[in-house]
Amino acid sequence: MTYIFYITIVLLSLGMIFSIIRFIKGPTAGDRTLALDTMTTLMVAGLVLLSAVFNRFIYVDVALIYGVLGFIGVIVIARYLEGAL
Amino acid sequence: MSIYEIIGGILILIGAVFLFLGGLGIYRMPDVYNRLQAGTKATTLGAMSLILGVGVVKMEDSWTWIVKMAIIIIFIAFSNPISSHALARAMYHRKRYPYIKGDAKDMDAYREVAGKDDPSDTSPDEGENI
Amino acid sequence: MNYLLFIIGFLLLVLIGTAVYAVRQRDLLYAVIATGVISLALTALFLVLQAPDVALTEAAIGVALTTIIFIITIRNTVRYEDEKDKK
Repeated sequence: MTYIFYITIVLLSLGMIFSIIRFIKGPTAGDRTLALDTMTTLMVAGLVLLSAVFNRFIYVDVALIYGVLGFIGVIVIARYLEGAL
Repeated sequence: MSIYEIIGGILILIGAVFLFLGGLGIYRMPDVYNRLQAGTKATTLGAMSLILGVGVVKMEDSWTWIVKMAIIIIFIAFSNPISSHALARAMYHRKRYPYIKGDAKDMDAYREVAGKDDPSDTSPDEGENI
Repeated sequence: MNYLLFIIGFLLLVLIGTAVYAVRQRDLLYAVIATGVISLALTALFLVLQAPDVALTEAAIGVALTTIIFIITIRNTVRYEDEKDKK
């Protein structure tokens, strides 16, 4: 179980590094917003995994809040880019 | 190792691989629509599989984990396509043309579906390329 | 305890790099998106450092409220810091 956790943490870090590279060099605002969206989903999975490793049931609430509220910022930025805000 | 740990470990590894592929697709794909496909679909499946795997691993201790994991999975399944759709719609209204080999910059089919002659009418700052 | 050091170091690198990017950026919309990334890394850092209540507050405020207020501010004022930054 420990090795599975190590492999998962390394893979999540690599995915987040690729998203940060796209966030820094992305040519338009849509690419950067998309990188933020992908990093939000990656971070929800990472928070659930960390709460399982720490073995605390109350830590899952942070991931739940992120899953509920994480898309509001992306929708607001997208509506601004569309010009309809 | 119990049977819960084996099944949950396999689910967690599948989810981790799909999340990594989503991040790689964000980096590798040529334009913003392809990046939307890679960054939303693969990431949604990976997050669902990983969270379900954590719930299955914790199932032999208590049954309260899997209920909260199901709530998180339902919220991810609702919120991820909504944000992806809003982003693709915004990029379409700002005339982001998709990447086609051979320099074919035309989106006539989409333009007819949207019901407008010029999609850049509602853009807040026209003529600006970012 | 080695993996905790790895996670904390990675999150700190993301935090500092994104903060420098947000300060030096001339386009204010990109700085607002960078603020979202800062809030993301800060929440995970608070959770790793055993403070779940602070992480909960940071997640609720930093994701939704800050982004909405800054976007409405940019909508009502200007997007670029200087007029010659407009490409």
